[in-house]
Amino acid sequence: MAKLFAVIIVIIAILSAIPIVKHTWAAPEDISTHGALIDEQMGETMVEAGIAFLAAQLILALFVWQFSNRGRESKLKTFPGGAKGLVIGAILLVGLEVLALGVFGVKAWANQYLTPPAANAMPIQAQAGQFAFYFRYPGPDGKFGPIHPEMINEGNQNLFGLDPEHDVESRDDIVAAELAVPINKEIHLLMHAKDVGHSFFVRELRVQQDFVPGLDVSVHFTANKVGKYEIVCTQLCGLGHYNMRAYLEVMSQQDFDNWLKQQSGQ
Amino acid sequence: MRTRQTLLTLSTLLVFSAVMFAGTVNGKVTYTGTPAKPKPIDMSKEPSCAKQHATPITTESVVTGPDNALENVVVYVSSGAPDDGQVPPQAVTFDQKGCQYVPHVLVMHTDQELKIVNDDQTSHNIHPLSKVNVEWNKSQPPGTPPITTKYDKPEFISVKCNIHPWMHGEFAVLKTNHFDVSKGSGTFSLPNLPPGKYTLTAWQEDYGVQTADVTITGNETKEVNFTFKAKAY
Repeated sequence: MAKLFAVIIVIIAILSAIPIVKHTWAAPEDISTHGALIDEQMGETMVEAGIAFLAAQLILALFVWQFSNRGRESKLKTFPGGAKGLVIGAILLVGLEVLALGVFGVKAWANQYLTPPAANAMPIQAQAGQFAFYFRYPGPDGKFGPIHPEMINEGNQNLFGLDPEHDVESRDDIVAAELAVPINKEIHLLMHAKDVGHSFFVRELRVQQDFVPGLDVSVHFTANKVGKYEIVCTQLCGLGHYNMRAYLEVMSQQDFDNWLKQQSGQ
Repeated sequence: MRTRQTLLTLSTLLVFSAVMFAGTVNGKVTYTGTPAKPKPIDMSKEPSCAKQHATPITTESVVTGPDNALENVVVYVSSGAPDDGQVPPQAVTFDQKGCQYVPHVLVMHTDQELKIVNDDQTSHNIHPLSKVNVEWNKSQPPGTPPITTKYDKPEFISVKCNIHPWMHGEFAVLKTNHFDVSKGSGTFSLPNLPPGKYTLTAWQEDYGVQTADVTITGNETKEVNFTFKAKAY
């Protein structure tokens, strides 16, 4: 019976490794300049974790096979005590592996989070609220008008609580329900939540960042492939969470300029 | 015996006067100035709704017509005519169609049945933001039966959908049957007003209220117009 168990462990371990090795569920095409590093990091993590997983399962199976019929009188090694060397060795090995992943991962992480955006990055504001994303562009003056939360009124589409009557900077601000960006241009996304926690996730862009109520969070990225991609909320935010999405549209500079013009004309 | 006769005559007279000497108030609601341009609504996150509109719908907080006409203004008798206590037996219907509330402004009598229908392929969560009446919000997945309810106190209630932030409507719960909602031409009509002194109130969701006094002496038609000052933003 124990030997059958050992064989089943080996079969399960190998079967679960096959789709990973064959890239059955590969990530969608990367459309960002920083994504290659993230993909590389994910790949490395997968290889390391995969080897550790397979090794652990095979050793487990080996032990079960080897020592399952030792009789009642045989002595078990305990920790602390007999197995001290083995346990410390295992802790060091796993610790080193996790540490190594962290050290190598800094490259991908720092590139996105610890490096400030370039001075000429285009600022776009993103607001998450139950259950939609809205985006604001500063308009020709390059300035965002101040936000007055008490003036937020979805009924007349004043989604950010702007007061164009009194704030000159607000008058040319453009508010849209989709995130249009020009290709090969760094975007500095300034994020805030209107109500509860939300998350901004675009698989193809390799960006996932939470909105935290009360915090001004930001990310920066450069998209390098024209197309339309889905933005989804990946932080359970309430009843309509399943339906909270928007679209990221990466356009040529020309198309983007036309889009802006069209939006501001409305 | 004599008192009874007098009473009978009096009540007959009253009933007759109500029918025979019923005045009508006609009028038009207009605006001065330049109203803010209606903003288009982007429904791309809800494709089943977006495809129902060939061109994007716009905000309906202020709907205007030709010659400065103002639509969707509720005009009603706010004082002068005591409530006859007659709650219309038929229900009023508030429809959710193409991720939009139809009608945008729905008037009902206190305690009149209100039927809320979801005609869309998506879930809605209707949330009337009442302050005087009890506030509630209910989820209504596609294909589910209408929600029926009523309000027992007069109030103007903004309605929103908790799932689709752009959806916006208004309930006007009145304690009178003398009301009308201005049409595309801005016109309204309040018929069957017995002789008396009345105060009419015109309510616009963005521009507030205006009142006017009118006296009906007999079988006559009077004209009362309302003019709102438009907000540019």
